[in-house]
Amino acid sequence: MTDLLPGPDDPTVAAPRGPDRLLGPDHAAPIPQLDTTSLLALVEEAGLTGRGGAGFPTARKLLSVSGRSSGLSSGRARVTRPVVVGNAMEGEPLSHKDAVLLTQAPHLVVEGLVLLGTTLRARRMVLAVGPEIQTGPVTAAARGTRVEVRQLTGGFVAGQESALVNQLNGRAGVPTDPLVPVFRRGVDDRPTLVLNAETLAQLALVARYGPAWFRAQGTTADPGTFLTTISGSDRSLVRHPGVLEVSRGTTLRTALKAAGTDLPRVAAVLVGGYHGAWVPAAALDTPLSRDGLRPFGASPGAGVLHALAVEACPLQTAAAVTHYLAGQSARQCGPCLNGLPRIAQTLRGLAVPGASAELVVEVERLRVLVTGRGACAHPDGTARFVASTMRIFSRHVEDHLKGYCHAATR
Amino acid sequence: MTEALWALGRGTGVVALGMFTLTLVLGIVSRSGRDAGGLGRFGVAELHRTAALTGVGLIAVHLGSLLFDPYAQLRLFDMVVPFAGSYRPLFLGLGTLAVDLLVVVTGVSLLRHTVGPRVFRAVHWLTYALWPVALVHALGIGTDAGSLWMDAVALTCVTAVTAAVGWRLTSSYAERGRERTPRLVSR
Amino acid sequence: MRLHVDWTRCDGHGACAELLPELMDTDDWGFPIMRGEERDPAVAVALENHARRAVKACPVQALRLLG
Repeated sequence: MTDLLPGPDDPTVAAPRGPDRLLGPDHAAPIPQLDTTSLLALVEEAGLTGRGGAGFPTARKLLSVSGRSSGLSSGRARVTRPVVVGNAMEGEPLSHKDAVLLTQAPHLVVEGLVLLGTTLRARRMVLAVGPEIQTGPVTAAARGTRVEVRQLTGGFVAGQESALVNQLNGRAGVPTDPLVPVFRRGVDDRPTLVLNAETLAQLALVARYGPAWFRAQGTTADPGTFLTTISGSDRSLVRHPGVLEVSRGTTLRTALKAAGTDLPRVAAVLVGGYHGAWVPAAALDTPLSRDGLRPFGASPGAGVLHALAVEACPLQTAAAVTHYLAGQSARQCGPCLNGLPRIAQTLRGLAVPGASAELVVEVERLRVLVTGRGACAHPDGTARFVASTMRIFSRHVEDHLKGYCHAATR
Repeated sequence: MTEALWALGRGTGVVALGMFTLTLVLGIVSRSGRDAGGLGRFGVAELHRTAALTGVGLIAVHLGSLLFDPYAQLRLFDMVVPFAGSYRPLFLGLGTLAVDLLVVVTGVSLLRHTVGPRVFRAVHWLTYALWPVALVHALGIGTDAGSLWMDAVALTCVTAVTAAVGWRLTSSYAERGRERTPRLVSR
Repeated sequence: MRLHVDWTRCDGHGACAELLPELMDTDDWGFPIMRGEERDPAVAVALENHARRAVKACPVQALRLLG
């Protein structure tokens, strides 16, 4: 079997079943010029959070490079001009939203970047694009602006903030010690603000239509819309895989139905990608919001929703995912470099019916061992995925220990 | 008096060679991350440092005694600029070269927290030049050159270094005595 | 005062764990592992000198004391 889960092979927009904000008709209204205070207030009020995975409050990120958070008085003459970076690296194999966004609405991303860059008096505005993405449309959209479109080398970890900044600085695209965060020293040694491409696009809309408009969709705690990439573990499970814009708080069931999912055949859904967590079929009415997903150890993240068929063996799937993740290590930090392959190997062992119960103990031990012991969150995310797998599929694990796997009998 | 100074010069020189040989071997053991002889990894590293600094101290006396020995006729200039001396210029020059290298390596090592790990590591590679230069200097210089005991000392030193460097080049060295994947050092 | 590991530098040499066993142990591959829950553990006043020695002993300068 292949090591990668099948993703959508034709990342087109699925049948629209939700708001058409990002991927809808063109937004002709001009974006107003804003000063820093107004921009910060706008973003704060809208409650926009990052759409790249971590979901950090965007207003707080803006504050970190605006020169205001460190208590500097407004009378200070020299504040280092920052660099603003759009992150469209899309290192997650199951995600295609950045590719779609940059093809269908690249001007929104460019506008968001220009708005930020102008307001924050950025020295440079860079859009970092992953190797899988077509740069034609966004390069055209960026013409005449100060936005530099840079296509970089990829990989799962390449989109991590400091890895991205390193690549832009001409160094190897691997993370650095988080002791000095990029918002203090990043591209060209300047305070650097890195935001996901979709976050920038959302920002461009918030600037046009205001925070109330943004909050008209989604929940109070988790407002707005977001782009999901919906896929299934086999071709017949999800009939219209692709990128779909949904409101935050939409149920998993609704989103999957819009993508033509054969719901009775769903065993569980991987939410958030390879660093995410599983939501079991019994909980398909879980709202896709931070609060809704938290009980499962999941978050909306970069919007990946991958449905696993009941006929599939979840442990074989997990073994394939962890094997991939181990191969994607930046190879700098010992616990990750050595620990992840061992986790993958242990899961491979568990994926064979008749596995020994020691392997269950070993998986848990290794998972804890790699957590929090690296320069980036790659081992932590992997550990999260593994913990979720063992928890949600505990019955299946027990079956394997007894020498039985329902998938093997088909 | 001059005989005493000459003897001091020879003695400190030979012992320093032994110290630097020990330093190099311990450096390789330390780099391997193995706990040798119950010293602990920190112990191996500290012993490596002590042997090195002892060698430096001995060289300081070595230079001083030769400077003040009228028979040796060593000028201060010859202690810094190699191959300009009148007595056995080649071998003397190698000694001067070794001192130059030693000053750089020792200086950077003592200041490693200031210069950072990359500069420290890059300069430390010079020790692989320092040792053979010091060895050849010892073999060819002075009145002990060619003597049986001097050759025996040299042979012992060469054997130790060859064994250590040979071990350094085996693939199991990187694993530090346990099954692990060596890291990729990108910076 | 907190002890911080730069994981991109750490090569699992292990001198640190020998000098500060109260705070650190080593894992399967020789890399230091903090005994508590914190990623950058607080160093008790009584251990400060030992911590400083451990920081100096690291051959690749992967350790730092913060604050």
